[in-house]
Amino acid sequence: MRTYKVLAVATGLTLAATACGGGTQQPPASGGGSASPSAAAKPLTGVKIEVAAKWTGQEADNFQKVLDAFEAKTGAEVTYASTGEDTGAYLGPRIQGGSPPDIAILPQPGLVQQYADQKALKPLSAEVLAQVDQNYTPYWKELGSAGGTPYGVLVKAAHKSLIWYRGAAFEDAGVQPPKTWDELITAAQTIADSGTPPFALCGASGWTLTDLFENIYLSTAGPENYDKLSKHEIPWTDATVTTALEKIAQIAGKKDLMLGGNSGALGTDFPTCVTQVYGQDKAAMVIEADFVAASALEAGAKVGEEAKVFPFPKAGDTDPVILGGDTAVALKDGKGAMALLEFLASKEGGEVWAKLPGYLSPNRNVAATTYPDDLTRQLAQTIISAGEAVRYDMSDLAPSAFGGTEAKGEWKLLQDFLRNPADVKGIQRKLEAEAVKAWK
Amino acid sequence: MEVTGQSADSTTTGAAAGSPPAARPVRLGPSPRLALWFLLPALILLGAMVIYPIVYSIFRSLFDTTGTTFVGVDNYVAIFTDSGMLTTIRNNLIWVAVAPALVTVVGLIFAVLTERIRWATAFKLVVFMPMAVSLMASGVIFRFVYEQDPDRGVANAVLTSVRDVFASGGGFPGARPRENERTPVVLSQGAVVTRQPVSPGQTVLLPLVGLRPDALPASAAAKTPGQGTPGIHGTVWLDFTPGGGGAADAVDAGEKGLPGVTVEALRNGTVAATTTTAADGTFSFPGLTGEHVVRLPQDNFAAPFNGLAWLGPALITPAIIGAFIWVWAGFAMVLIAAGLAAIPRDALEAARIDGATEWQVFRRITIPLLSPVLLVVFVTMIINTLKVFDLVFVIAPGSVQPQANVVALEMWRVSFGGAGDHGLGSALAIFLLVLVLPFMILNIRRFRRDQS
Repeated sequence: MRTYKVLAVATGLTLAATACGGGTQQPPASGGGSASPSAAAKPLTGVKIEVAAKWTGQEADNFQKVLDAFEAKTGAEVTYASTGEDTGAYLGPRIQGGSPPDIAILPQPGLVQQYADQKALKPLSAEVLAQVDQNYTPYWKELGSAGGTPYGVLVKAAHKSLIWYRGAAFEDAGVQPPKTWDELITAAQTIADSGTPPFALCGASGWTLTDLFENIYLSTAGPENYDKLSKHEIPWTDATVTTALEKIAQIAGKKDLMLGGNSGALGTDFPTCVTQVYGQDKAAMVIEADFVAASALEAGAKVGEEAKVFPFPKAGDTDPVILGGDTAVALKDGKGAMALLEFLASKEGGEVWAKLPGYLSPNRNVAATTYPDDLTRQLAQTIISAGEAVRYDMSDLAPSAFGGTEAKGEWKLLQDFLRNPADVKGIQRKLEAEAVKAWK
Repeated sequence: MEVTGQSADSTTTGAAAGSPPAARPVRLGPSPRLALWFLLPALILLGAMVIYPIVYSIFRSLFDTTGTTFVGVDNYVAIFTDSGMLTTIRNNLIWVAVAPALVTVVGLIFAVLTERIRWATAFKLVVFMPMAVSLMASGVIFRFVYEQDPDRGVANAVLTSVRDVFASGGGFPGARPRENERTPVVLSQGAVVTRQPVSPGQTVLLPLVGLRPDALPASAAAKTPGQGTPGIHGTVWLDFTPGGGGAADAVDAGEKGLPGVTVEALRNGTVAATTTTAADGTFSFPGLTGEHVVRLPQDNFAAPFNGLAWLGPALITPAIIGAFIWVWAGFAMVLIAAGLAAIPRDALEAARIDGATEWQVFRRITIPLLSPVLLVVFVTMIINTLKVFDLVFVIAPGSVQPQANVVALEMWRVSFGGAGDHGLGSALAIFLLVLVLPFMILNIRRFRRDQS
């Protein structure tokens, strides 16, 4: 039954890739005197590489263009397979069955550790490491390592401390982008009074709720507590968690502040919530990461004009900057796999990708001018200059039974909290019980 | 699984057919040694693909996540103590109690109704069509059917249009008083009332917010009520200046009145007078004297009927069962129609000649003669229902997956959905097998009886 879905998705992707292969395809960027596309300069002609990642739709199309550039450069034949939301569920059986894809792009650093423990990963080759050392700060290298051995290259970063808004809705209500959490709540109330529900929450996609929690928690509890809670060194029943959940309840406790009230928010998945703000003009704000840009564009809003963004407001003493990111790892030996990793870690590969919307590179040598708009340029700069001061998405650092599984653990409990925001203590007890099970 | 049952069955009958010649002194058939060779492919396939996985799952279910620590029956205890798992089992019980019976009944109705119509084959083809679509695709279709927004979900589109025929929505849903201490009106049991009683000659301001100005007619510029004439005068208006900046609780330029709002004047809790607002939002009770509370009753603000929350926690299981029926009713119909065609006509004719009504013929003759077929359909559906997975996985949104969960989905999720707990997953698989087994045996015994 699972096969049906994968097949259907894969077929859809092939169709989509074929459909957009014609006019929209850009010629691959030739970064600094790269090889001319003659047959002689294609060392990997005939080599087949399979890449699995969770991306679908626009994100998959964009990644396909990067793969096209690699194919054009090396002559290798790269096929893309979508893993769906549950990367672990897709890769687990394939690893156990002994036929993993050559390259997998893992949405959580926890998976790098997990698969390294299973001895399913191949260490990075010297050429790839050279690229990593040249292009990445040590913090990112550490994120892709397990037991001191580097296995992964962070190929895509996501800026998760953003709130997207529709300029017209703010103008109608006469409010300005807020700087603090209290200003945000006041602005939301004013927008609600003006007749527009302020927030389109994506409650059906549990990870959007963990992102919201993490931003508030990092801001109110500070980075030290954030690290402790990430490792479950302080319990979820801690007072700092109470504070953060109460801030969420300031929104979730008032149905006028959410499009469709609590049940509407719980029935809306990502990226439908983005469409509600930009395509349908039904709500004013959506709290999610930089990759909203791709969905906003699809809904017909131009980033920087209709689709505007402000940094997640300060809810406590810290300005929160939380990142997510996707790590590419090799699951099979072969020069094809390492060559593709090398390409993805290089300045050249990063710049092909950076030209497309909805992408941020953690590669410090990707020129900021490569990005298609001011906003992305600015975000890329904050990630690179923030260095080690930023924090990685907490739910992605947790065991995936707790922080990364649909209908389980933190995802489910934050959804329960959105359903009934009055019961802060009860949710904290349940979160702690689930965390104890996951970290044992 | 059914195929397995049948092949096992035919294997045994094949062996039985081979044994009588073997008992004779002169053997006419092949030697047992040769028979073994013929059986070998089936045995290998069954052993490798059925017996070994079952035995290994039982073995694996006694170990923990990592597969190294023996935990005995702990995984099975977990199934019956975890509240999420209990919901899952409860859902499976609902499925088994409702879905097979409904599928059989719907199939029977279709089969009987189409038995003698002209375009029976075409009709049956259409009803059978969903079987040709994969369950995954059916799930995707029904995910859209059940969408909350009536502009997108056909289920709610039907409900709202039927409802609109009988009761047309009106008024200003969403309008409400501003939330602060100073505003002169408050929400009370859904109606908007003045905070203080008002006396004649006083200006009654009823400021409301929460509506988009473009939802109001362009001509409806709000006006401060006129003074001078006796009685109570006031304005109901949208107290929000587009673009911000207006003063709260005062009629500013650019703000719009709410036309056609019902206004009641209450004295000691009973309605003394009723009127509606004019185009500019003003109203007046010219004849009233003494103190009154002014109230805008709830039906001014009644939210339009927006359909049912099919994908919400309460309706999700019935909604998915609906999709299941859509998929399987055609299959049931085809089987039952075949059974129906095989019923001897003379029994029906005889009953009719004896004066039985059509209903009596159906109830007393058709149903009993059909019962073997009905039972096969029913039992097959029970097995299908216990194993249901795809529809739940696709139709239920992430936030209601826990409420819609079933054993097969939970099994997949705990084993492969991130947690990777193959021990608990195996225990669930064995639990599911134990649930399905009685019905498998029942079906196999029926097949055997039919053959003898």
